[in-house]
Amino acid sequence: MIKKIFLIGNPNVGKSVVFSRLTGVTVIASNYPGTTVEISKGYLTIGEERIEVVDLPGTYSLEPASKAEETAVSLLRELPKEESIVINILDATNLERNLFLTLQLIEEGFSIIACLNMCDDTTHRGIHIDTKKLEEFLQAPVIPTCAVTGVGIKLLIERLKDAHPVRMKKLSHEERWQEIGRIVEAVQQLTHRHHTFREILEDASVGPISGLLMAAGVIFTSFKIVRFLGELIIKKICDPFFYGFYQPLLDSLGSYWGGQGFWYHLLIGDLINGRIDFKQSMGVLTTAPYIEFAMVLPYLASFYLILSLLEDIGYLPRLAILLDNLLHRLGLHGFAIIPVLLGFGCNVPGILATRVLESRRERFIASTLISIGVPCVPLQAMIFGLLGKFSGFYVSGVYLVLFSIVMMLGLILNRALKGYSPEFLLEIPPYRFPPPLLLAKKLYFRIKGFLLEAVPVVLLGVLAINVLIYFKLFDFITSVFAPVVKGLFGLPKEAVASLVIGFLRKDVAVGLLMPLGLSAKQLFIAATLLAISFPCIATFVVLLKELGFKDLIKATLIMIVVTVIVGTLLNFVILR
Amino acid sequence: MKKISLLKMQERQKGKVAEILAGPGLTHRFMSMGIYKGREITKLSHFALRGPVAIKVGRSVLALGHGMAGKITVEVE
Repeated sequence: MIKKIFLIGNPNVGKSVVFSRLTGVTVIASNYPGTTVEISKGYLTIGEERIEVVDLPGTYSLEPASKAEETAVSLLRELPKEESIVINILDATNLERNLFLTLQLIEEGFSIIACLNMCDDTTHRGIHIDTKKLEEFLQAPVIPTCAVTGVGIKLLIERLKDAHPVRMKKLSHEERWQEIGRIVEAVQQLTHRHHTFREILEDASVGPISGLLMAAGVIFTSFKIVRFLGELIIKKICDPFFYGFYQPLLDSLGSYWGGQGFWYHLLIGDLINGRIDFKQSMGVLTTAPYIEFAMVLPYLASFYLILSLLEDIGYLPRLAILLDNLLHRLGLHGFAIIPVLLGFGCNVPGILATRVLESRRERFIASTLISIGVPCVPLQAMIFGLLGKFSGFYVSGVYLVLFSIVMMLGLILNRALKGYSPEFLLEIPPYRFPPPLLLAKKLYFRIKGFLLEAVPVVLLGVLAINVLIYFKLFDFITSVFAPVVKGLFGLPKEAVASLVIGFLRKDVAVGLLMPLGLSAKQLFIAATLLAISFPCIATFVVLLKELGFKDLIKATLIMIVVTVIVGTLLNFVILR
Repeated sequence: MKKISLLKMQERQKGKVAEILAGPGLTHRFMSMGIYKGREITKLSHFALRGPVAIKVGRSVLALGHGMAGKITVEVE
């Protein structure tokens, strides 16, 4: 009786794409080792039966080297072998290395079916694999597939029933490589071809000087595109909608209430100069949707478009090599750049992605640095909205301060924490070009995730703020924290509300700062403090889950200390 | 034929892994990614200031931290 189907394979062979094909469940897939850090489950219906399919994080062998690999292997071993089928996914363009895990699985007695993925890519790389012969060697079904287009998936499902345990003697690691050498010799034929343009680019991106030049170009261009697209969407779609269509609607609703009362205050908010001001009115129907849909969403969409593209092409691991040296001084290694980049979108997936780092110490440093010094898209969008109208110095100033904090804090943590920063051993994938449809799907999936998570919190948050303000309940909290905020940070005591709400969501908090009439310098300090102080509640929950209670407290204390020091310093340096 | 550290190899130079001076954990990780005694590798690049080293093993490109790379001795022409 088969209870589960496991998908297992080396990192970055396309397990998640095969998983989506089998189950119809969308999961994020990218072109770098270690995209999957969480276990995804879905169902495959064969005839009458509905079997659970589990997508495991990639692993090179059955002896795990990171937390993600550990999860993969322990889940695989949880179930008695006769109750599971293992679909071993292999990268056909790199058969030799992939077979190491395959043989291990067979030796251990799992019923496997080998899925030779990325078969479309073998032809132009001059590789020919005789699948029939490979089947004979492995004594298991071998199915060539191309998961991104769906080729071979049907056959894979049909042949699941042919998977059966094979008696094979356990080999030592050396013997296993010898055996693999024999198999590859017999089943794989290589035709010699010239270097393609793609390969020249691949090599250039791992060279020290050419790599740095490429990275500078890629980062600069990405930043420009994100900003340009974001502004374009706001100007051409969001603002016309809100000002041309939505505002007249609200105006008539407002006059129905006669411009006052509890509901008016709650839903429309305060009029600024006699009109609804989407950025400042703070109503559940005015500022809340405007912040999310016309200030944050456009940038979020363009950010994720560029990030997804870079992920799928396979550029990110190349950035990891370039930054390894720098990150080493912070107690991390180059690969930590990937969680950091994801953190720029939203801290939650960023912190989850730290699971690919080997040690607990690294995960602590990376998570703490991300939650303090990496501003998410909603926060960045609001910083642009808040400070963009002043000279460009203020916006870049926030980034500069955050960057300095990350560097200094990293240096200190690396010195202060016991242990050492491990070295990295990372596979650099070849460049691949994802079908546009797949890219669009991934973008849609990410935006949907954001909307489902953010919109309810923002609406409820603004509602709660308005109720608190209406019944004057903020006054108590304000008076408690006023000495710190006013005395040390040089901000008016009304800014307390914003810093407190920052715990809920950063974008709403920045919105609360707008009506206070702060000077550019004060806004600069407030925005910086919002970025480094408590992460939003969602991040907090993930930190608790990933770090545990004790380390969460440690991270929080660090956060508070940094906030107080930076706030005070900024106040005395630029305000006084 | 002489034995040198992977760190001392020239870019684009080929060689055969002669020795891996690492603990069992790392040796195993190398092993599972295809770096083992007798394996032919090509060095691709080396980053300055004790930076990482990129090598080609079979069809994969691997990046190793400086310290890790120092644990591998290679036999070259």
